[in-house]
Amino acid sequence: MSTNYEYVPEPKLIKGDHTFGSITDLIAKTPLSSTPPLWYLAFAVANLLLIVLLGAVGYLIWDGIGIWGLNNPAGWGWAIINFVWWVGIGHAGTLISAILFLFRQGWRTAINRFAEAMTIFAVMCAGLFPAIHVGRIWVIYWVFPIPNQMGAWPNFSSPLLWDVFAVSTYFTVSLLFWYVGLVPDFATLRDKAKSKAAKISYGIAALGWTGSFRNWWNYEKAYMILAGLATPLVLSVHTIVSFDFAVSLIPGWHSTIFPPYFVAGAIYSGFAMVLTLMIIARKIYGIEDIMNIDIMEKMNLVMMVTGNLVAFAYLCEGFIAWYSGYIYEQGIFWLYVVGPYAWGFWILMFCNVITPQFLWSKSIRRNVTLTFIISIIVNIGMWFERFMISVASLSTDFMPSSWDYFSPTFWDIIIYIGTFGLFFTFFLLFLRFLPMVAIAEVKGVMPQADPHNYDEHTNEFIEAKAEPALAQQQKLEQKNQQV
Amino acid sequence: MKTENKNIHGILAEFRNPKELVDAAETVKESGYSEFDTYAPFPIHGMEKAMGLKESPLGWIVLGGGLIGFIGALTLMIWVMGYEYPMNISGKPLINFPIYVPITFELTVLLSAFAATFGMFALNKLPRLHNPLFNVERFKKASDDGFFICIEASDDLFEEKPVSKLFSDAGAIHVETVYDSE
Repeated sequence: MSTNYEYVPEPKLIKGDHTFGSITDLIAKTPLSSTPPLWYLAFAVANLLLIVLLGAVGYLIWDGIGIWGLNNPAGWGWAIINFVWWVGIGHAGTLISAILFLFRQGWRTAINRFAEAMTIFAVMCAGLFPAIHVGRIWVIYWVFPIPNQMGAWPNFSSPLLWDVFAVSTYFTVSLLFWYVGLVPDFATLRDKAKSKAAKISYGIAALGWTGSFRNWWNYEKAYMILAGLATPLVLSVHTIVSFDFAVSLIPGWHSTIFPPYFVAGAIYSGFAMVLTLMIIARKIYGIEDIMNIDIMEKMNLVMMVTGNLVAFAYLCEGFIAWYSGYIYEQGIFWLYVVGPYAWGFWILMFCNVITPQFLWSKSIRRNVTLTFIISIIVNIGMWFERFMISVASLSTDFMPSSWDYFSPTFWDIIIYIGTFGLFFTFFLLFLRFLPMVAIAEVKGVMPQADPHNYDEHTNEFIEAKAEPALAQQQKLEQKNQQV
Repeated sequence: MKTENKNIHGILAEFRNPKELVDAAETVKESGYSEFDTYAPFPIHGMEKAMGLKESPLGWIVLGGGLIGFIGALTLMIWVMGYEYPMNISGKPLINFPIYVPITFELTVLLSAFAATFGMFALNKLPRLHNPLFNVERFKKASDDGFFICIEASDDLFEEKPVSKLFSDAGAIHVETVYDSE
């Protein structure tokens, strides 16, 4: 019996017939050409929302957090939900830029710059909420260990303080990582720019980068070290965010499954957000050759895996509630399912458990419209997950006599909507003025970039050398046909 | 060395593709030059061997940064929690190492990342306000699709003619002298 096996090659990372020069032109054209009218429209809407946010936050600071719908058992409402939601979204960027880099996943180069920008702006939105929810924002510096006239110091054993350190470190490291990645691309824009203003501003940002290999040599080391640092960092940040809940004694919070469950949920929602933004941007900016369907499918696979991890965590919560024999844990589980917030629980189940199951189908994973819809549903689902954790657990705690139903006020809602203004203002500025794909890194993963893919004598690029197994297989097939 | 009152910075040659650049770098190294560098829009695989580069010392700088973060965080927390501002929290010991883990970790990462970023720029002598290579119009391609190699005049073996010949023999498509000022 003959064995018939086939070598399945990795799909080409960059579609179409591209050279190094055409990649530069494709990506550098957006920041260097004039502003499209549609951009102004989008920017105006984002600015309007940003103004709404600033106004609402101003009123919050003026009047106090009493304008929110918080009540006595539910002292953590939308502010904490939104904080966890936004910071979770941010995690995808670091996962793509750091963890996939360490795993040598070449496809990350198509989306890493984009996702890292999303991370930074999402963490900005996230950071707003803990700052404004303290009530007296003018003494927010008390969270930092700064010597003061009271001789007081922060309590280093509080998870809330760990959170301050985790989120501020995360923001700083993401920003450094992003900038390091941008420097060679700023040099490209500096060299391509026609106007004096663009030349000077990109020139300053490029710091005099020449593309010298002695510089690349240190640069690659720095990039690898930063990726190595960001990998445990990103896992630690959402772990510490989950400690805000898990270290307390509230049933539904006091659980050791929280750190991995939060990290999986963060990556799940982050990938959904990257997909939502990517599907729009690749169409508008015509970079479908780089942000192609194969990359979308790979992201959908990550979403499917993390979505099922999250679903498994829900299952574990139910199991542990039963297995622990602890009535309050069992009580809160039943209150989730049939209690006052059961509608939130069932929305959550639909969005987070049922929706990702569609991604088992290859044709759905490769369908742009369906992926877009799924990605939005997942983000809604992840918001409801944090809603259930924060609000449902708090408002029905140990004593039924103290239970109270939480409803948001106008200000809760408007501040949440306003953060989209903050996010999109920065994101649109990024799309307009910065290279949205890492130009140098995309070139680095092209088969033409590897000197081994060139002929020894004529020094011409030979495509077959990039996929030797595939070339051999094709040769065999031809031979078989001739026989 | 002076020609027409201009200081020569070096000789720049352009090659067609990464393979030719790596081969040329190997030839230049074997001809005994040490003050040279190659320029490309992305880091080329195997170039470090061709150029004979040693491992980057950046790892040691990052280790230094990380240790400062690690020791600094622990010192701060032990001093504050144990001596300067002791707080009895649920009767737990004042100096309590498990609770120090998250902040120690975060500050170690933070300081390591600063060391990695600024250490890398320092090793690369960046930011730099001007570079004689930018006098060459062609050099703009180095960040797009050009592959360059430059032997600098500071090299002991540097002489204009043999260097130019070396590049032409190695298959350069363009050879040009770079001056310090325009």
